[in-house]
Amino acid sequence: MLLRHTSKEVKVREGLTINPAKTCQPIGAMYAALGIHGCLPHSHGSQGCCSYHRSTLTRHYKEPVMAATSSFTEGASVFGGQANLLTAIETIFSVYDPDIIAVHSTCLSETIGDDLQQITRKAKDDGKVPEGKRVIFASTPSFIGSHVTGYANMVTGIAEQFAVSTGVKKNQINIIAGWMEPSDMREIKRLAKELGVNIVLFPDTSDVLDAPQTGKHEFYPKGGTTIPELESIGDSRHTLALGSISAEPAAIALEKKCKVPFETLEVPIGLTATDRFIMALSEIGGVSVPDEITAERGRLVDVIADMEQYFYGKRVALFGDPDQLVPLTEFLLDLNMKPVHIVSGTPGQRFEKTMREILDTRSPETNFKNGIGADMFLLHQWMKNEPVDLLIGNTYGKYMARDEDVPFIRFGFPILDRIGHSYFPNVGYSGGLRLVEKILTALLDRQDRDALEEKFELVM
Amino acid sequence: MGTNTHFPDPSVVREELIQKYPAKVAKKRAKSIIINDPQIIPEVQANVRTVPGIITQRGCSYAGCKGVVLGPTRDIVNIVHGPIGCSFYAWMTRRNQTRTESLTDANYIPYCFSTDMQEENVVFGGEKKLKQAIQEAYDLFHPKSIAIFSTCPVGLIGDDVHAASKEMREKFGDCNVFGFSCEGYRGVSQSAGHHIANNGVFKHMVGRDNTPTEGKFKLNLLGEYNIGGDAFEIERIFEKAGLTLISSFSGNSTISQLENSHMADLNVIQCHRSINYMGDMMETKYGIPWMKVSFVGAESSAKSLRKIAEYFDDDELRAQVEAVIAEEMPKVKAVIDEILPRTTGKTAMLFVGGSRAHHYQDLFTELGMTTVAAGYEFAHRDDYEGRDVLPTIKIDADSKNIEELKVLPDPELYNPRKTEAELEALKEKGLEINGYSGMMQQMTKKSLVVDDLSHYESEKLIEIYKPDIFCAGIKEKYVVQKMGVPLKQLHSYDYGGPYTGFEGAVNFYKDIDRMVNNPVWKLIKAPWQKTGATNGKSKGLEATYVTQ
Ligand code: SF4
Ligand code: SF4
Repeated sequence: MLLRHTSKEVKVREGLTINPAKTCQPIGAMYAALGIHGCLPHSHGSQGCCSYHRSTLTRHYKEPVMAATSSFTEGASVFGGQANLLTAIETIFSVYDPDIIAVHSTCLSETIGDDLQQITRKAKDDGKVPEGKRVIFASTPSFIGSHVTGYANMVTGIAEQFAVSTGVKKNQINIIAGWMEPSDMREIKRLAKELGVNIVLFPDTSDVLDAPQTGKHEFYPKGGTTIPELESIGDSRHTLALGSISAEPAAIALEKKCKVPFETLEVPIGLTATDRFIMALSEIGGVSVPDEITAERGRLVDVIADMEQYFYGKRVALFGDPDQLVPLTEFLLDLNMKPVHIVSGTPGQRFEKTMREILDTRSPETNFKNGIGADMFLLHQWMKNEPVDLLIGNTYGKYMARDEDVPFIRFGFPILDRIGHSYFPNVGYSGGLRLVEKILTALLDRQDRDALEEKFELVM
Repeated sequence: MGTNTHFPDPSVVREELIQKYPAKVAKKRAKSIIINDPQIIPEVQANVRTVPGIITQRGCSYAGCKGVVLGPTRDIVNIVHGPIGCSFYAWMTRRNQTRTESLTDANYIPYCFSTDMQEENVVFGGEKKLKQAIQEAYDLFHPKSIAIFSTCPVGLIGDDVHAASKEMREKFGDCNVFGFSCEGYRGVSQSAGHHIANNGVFKHMVGRDNTPTEGKFKLNLLGEYNIGGDAFEIERIFEKAGLTLISSFSGNSTISQLENSHMADLNVIQCHRSINYMGDMMETKYGIPWMKVSFVGAESSAKSLRKIAEYFDDDELRAQVEAVIAEEMPKVKAVIDEILPRTTGKTAMLFVGGSRAHHYQDLFTELGMTTVAAGYEFAHRDDYEGRDVLPTIKIDADSKNIEELKVLPDPELYNPRKTEAELEALKEKGLEINGYSGMMQQMTKKSLVVDDLSHYESEKLIEIYKPDIFCAGIKEKYVVQKMGVPLKQLHSYDYGGPYTGFEGAVNFYKDIDRMVNNPVWKLIKAPWQKTGATNGKSKGLEATYVTQ
């Protein structure tokens, strides 16, 4: 047993988190900043945080992840990190020449009380920011929220610090991507194009974290939302925020600053969440849904109908991030499956409420917990008490899956031991198909593996 | 092969590397970019702060302490006191393999423990939560030991992890609880954390159990962390040679082994950077000499075994060691002979760690490859230039605040394993007793040595030298590969290994052969991107298949 010390008996813990189902804010901020074209994320703290965040993102994407650090030493922690950040800004512009530096704080700089707004302004006043270049910032203390909060904070920073309203509306819709993969962002853009709606998607990590092999390292890859695009979001007619935790705060900020009205939707994972997304986009964009999209939807429904017997009643445990778990849970219910245990380390009542709404009518007995105390250790204990047929979550789930001998699907962040998430979307109807294929393969492989010889099926 | 003749002039390269930096930065970096001369080893600036904004390979003190030194011991519950991230990122990412004797033996390596500090803990202090966490870990697991690691905010808010540990240790009575002040901002890299970890392990673990172990040739293996099973291979060789391993520091180790380690008669040190403090302290307190060895490379492994036999000065052991080498070497030779024609003459660059950039040069030499440039991520001058320079190293503000333990001979346990005269005699024979001559004396003249290589410099070096392989870590992996050059990770081994000992050498030869000769590097350009492609012009094909 890999996790041999995990006992069945659940005891309430108040001090100790074991096997967390979340990580810290800055990694989310770093990821979001990579979705802006020509942007170098900068971690304002000691080197370790930046090194860890880059390493984890690199392992997840198997791609270069560039970011700089303020390299705090003891002196900086005592006297404040202003001098370090000013030096960093100067060094970065001369050596790495980005269009934008996106600074995020860390626990250390937050505990010291460094004021990023003041320091970045000083950098500008001192002439350390070359003409036409930008330094933006977001405060991302890790003792609040999770990596998802950090993502939301940076996206909010992007919206607030780039958007300008010229007074002349543009015929375009903003789509704020909640935490999703480059493949998902690519799919969102494709769907909007199919629909014929003019959008600005931000952030956008496609063509950044799925860059092609060309024999040349592009320090600033082709992708990412551009500065002119970001400046134009204040003139957009409407905003769609995909994800109430990771995207909505930016939409609110944008509405406040530039009066762009917004609507929040779930990340379009699964059939009904995608339906809502397509409906919303077609309504806001004033277009009718083309037949091709209806056909895509039809193919997904067709597969679900054809294979319904294999989904029915299958018990699933899942863990991950709120904006993915909500639509995924809904999708599992649409598939006639049974979400039994759900855990997310990210705190917040909003998520809890939405989950309850989904579960109360269709699966009130589901174990569900988020925030402090909602870790993978607890989930594992729940699984020992009420076993499941399938586990869905990030790579760390494979230890539980192996110990409990449960089929496992990798979903969420981070995925350190498989590829695919950067290339094949989970969103949209095609993403739905991919999920359905994964679920079926996992379940049917298991049935094949365990079948008695005389019960081994050729056709399934 | 005239190694240096077809390479660029290294002084020109150095200029090129620092050209783009602001003046102050360029001046500083120049001192860390050195043209080697193995005869008169030049001074390398090392273990100094990285300039803010530079994209560095380095991590933090916490990573060196918890991640490197303490992480591999399987039965300690390692609680990270701080916000969640620090513990999350160090969760199993270092591939420290471990093998318990039974299925019920304690092994906490697959677990991640954290106090998950919240805002109110930062504002009002986190000690209460820490003690609660220690209590819960004790109640749940009843471990032999609980270690506490401080992350950045802890030092600032003034939590006293040592006092909290002591209080809980005394409360439990049967669980050794101790803490580390390894906040990430201490020192300038992981290196500070190594030192802090050495101090803690020495203070709180070594010497707690005086039970003598059977065995004629008892030794500890220091600075071996069992990445990819490296320690397993060395254990196999030791056993075959009749050597008794008391404890490794710390790959595949247990608390009891570490607590009993002072009963050994020799410490062999693999990674000098991360663990040399322990060697020195054990020598002073218990009279155990240490000796630098390397089990990276087949020849180096054989050499290290012979040195150990020489140290114990026993003919039976010498004979056994020779027998082991005679048995292992032919298998290694069979493989290298087959591979050598495909790797000979190729070039490598190594920028990693605090000892690996040195050790792995031996493997490349065995492959017939030349190391054209190398450097460490977080080493000190002695790792480059040899320990002779130790007295001349200036103690700066960043090193000053890392505690140097005052160690005295133990009134009861101090027992010099060798007399002064014996030690001198061993040194005469060429054994590096309590010494290490560093990386540079082994590198060729005019090769390039760069400490704390930045991202910018690495791209420049690759453009200029076009090496056949580049060795570094995960952050560099895909950057370098995007440039069409394969990168071998020498922290995680790209999830392969072991690379130590004889079997490890064979693994490494095969991996490098596969990487430098992989057909994928020739597939980067699409056919239509190659010269001679029609580029959109119709070739004007004519129908050639005509029915009669
Ligand atoms: S939790 Fe804080 S100190 Fe730890 S890695 Fe994250 S930002 Fe850094
Ligand atoms: S080899 Fe490198 S990474 Fe490993 S312990 Fe030594 S210095 Fe650290």
